[in-house]
Amino acid sequence: MSDHELRVSKIRDGTVIDHVEGGQALNVLAILGIDGSEGFGVSVGMNVPSDRLGRKDIVKVEERELSQSEVDVLSLIAPEATINIVRDFEVVEKNRVTRPDSVTGVLSCPNRNCITNADEPVDTRFDVVADGVRCDYCSTILRADIADHIDV
Amino acid sequence: MRQDHLITATQLSRDDIEAVLDRAREVADDPAAYADRHAGRVLALCFFEPSTRTRMSFDSAAKRLGIDTIGMGDVDSSSVSKGESLSDTVRVIEGYADAMVLRHPSEGAATLAAEHVSVPVVNAGDGAGQHPSQTLLDLHTIRENHGLDDLTVGIMGDLKYGRTVHSLAAALTEFDVNQHFISPESLRLPRSVRFDLHETGAQIREHEELEPVLDELDVLYVTRIQKERFPDENEYHRVAGEYQIDAETLEEADDDLTVMHPLPRVDEIAPDVDETDHATYFEQAHNGIPVRMALLDTLLENANPDGDEGTEVDR
Ligand SMILES: [Zn+2]
Repeated sequence: MSDHELRVSKIRDGTVIDHVEGGQALNVLAILGIDGSEGFGVSVGMNVPSDRLGRKDIVKVEERELSQSEVDVLSLIAPEATINIVRDFEVVEKNRVTRPDSVTGVLSCPNRNCITNADEPVDTRFDVVADGVRCDYCSTILRADIADHIDV
Repeated sequence: MRQDHLITATQLSRDDIEAVLDRAREVADDPAAYADRHAGRVLALCFFEPSTRTRMSFDSAAKRLGIDTIGMGDVDSSSVSKGESLSDTVRVIEGYADAMVLRHPSEGAATLAAEHVSVPVVNAGDGAGQHPSQTLLDLHTIRENHGLDDLTVGIMGDLKYGRTVHSLAAALTEFDVNQHFISPESLRLPRSVRFDLHETGAQIREHEELEPVLDELDVLYVTRIQKERFPDENEYHRVAGEYQIDAETLEEADDDLTVMHPLPRVDEIAPDVDETDHATYFEQAHNGIPVRMALLDTLLENANPDGDEGTEVDR
């Protein structure tokens, strides 16, 4: 294995987000507010063959562990994801994501007539319901298109 | 009712609803007993879009409880057009009044307002969202005519944008009511409302025509189909025409059918229906007074648990 491959596949300290639905890796980075300017190493694998998902994305972030609220939001677009916390090249913790009860300030409401889209000093707030999320203000339900409304 | 605000009909339990309607009955029976009940208190009527009749109904209800009302004047000349946020506006008005009634063009406006103030907020219509005080007077009207259980209600017209429909449908799930929804395909109930109805396990059915269900109904609630919901005028006339009723339409109906409408109507109920025993929409509008009196009385009582009379409150 070449040095290059080793560097992409193994990180020393940080987080590996595995089993992300194919095509969602960049949304995962958006949710985490990572655009590369932070200076830590980020590697993204897209459309990697996967037994479980057919094709999956993988996101590796060095020197950064995820908070619970970040994991909560991730679960909305990557419900199958596993979160591996890596310290000194070893996976020290491996967790599946779980759906939170609500998410605040991350999604924008798709209803243009919602008060949260009216220049008010307010964070959006969505309740997580059976198969999507629901705006606490106008009750609009957002389902498959959640990733299109990530607002970070 | 132990609520601080009235924002949506979904927040109301059967007990909440019955408590307000019982009080509305008392108010209607003996209005004089309520005349000075909240003397010295002030209600702000915050109408960010024009609505003469809802505003007048709240204004009248307040004054019959001894409450003074203040308003915002013309929306065009107020701070709204100067770009002040709703959050700021309501925080300012909170200092002027003991409660506020809010009509706003954006869905969720009343929810937002209630987060910013500690005086009771009544949602008097938020965009295509909810209009729960209308629902209480609708329920009062149904209750006085039929009771609220073992009932079949048809709701017809613009079910997609009709906020009175959204609130009423939600509230009816608290009772033993079969609901039929009659509308053109393009104006069906929105997904969020159907979601709530299904969650409660309510008995609902959707139809494109009134005729097949008309004779089962105890109540027919008609709403206006607005021109602006259609891409062109011809389409509007073609569709809207199918959801208009007249005295002849109602010949197929049960003799005790109650026909309701939140008003104003345009031509969805022909004037010849007014002469039939079915017509209940003017009674319904008049019920706005005792019901809104009961509502304001309840919310002010909840907000000021130590003083029955406004004048006794240390302010
Ligand atoms: Zn919304």
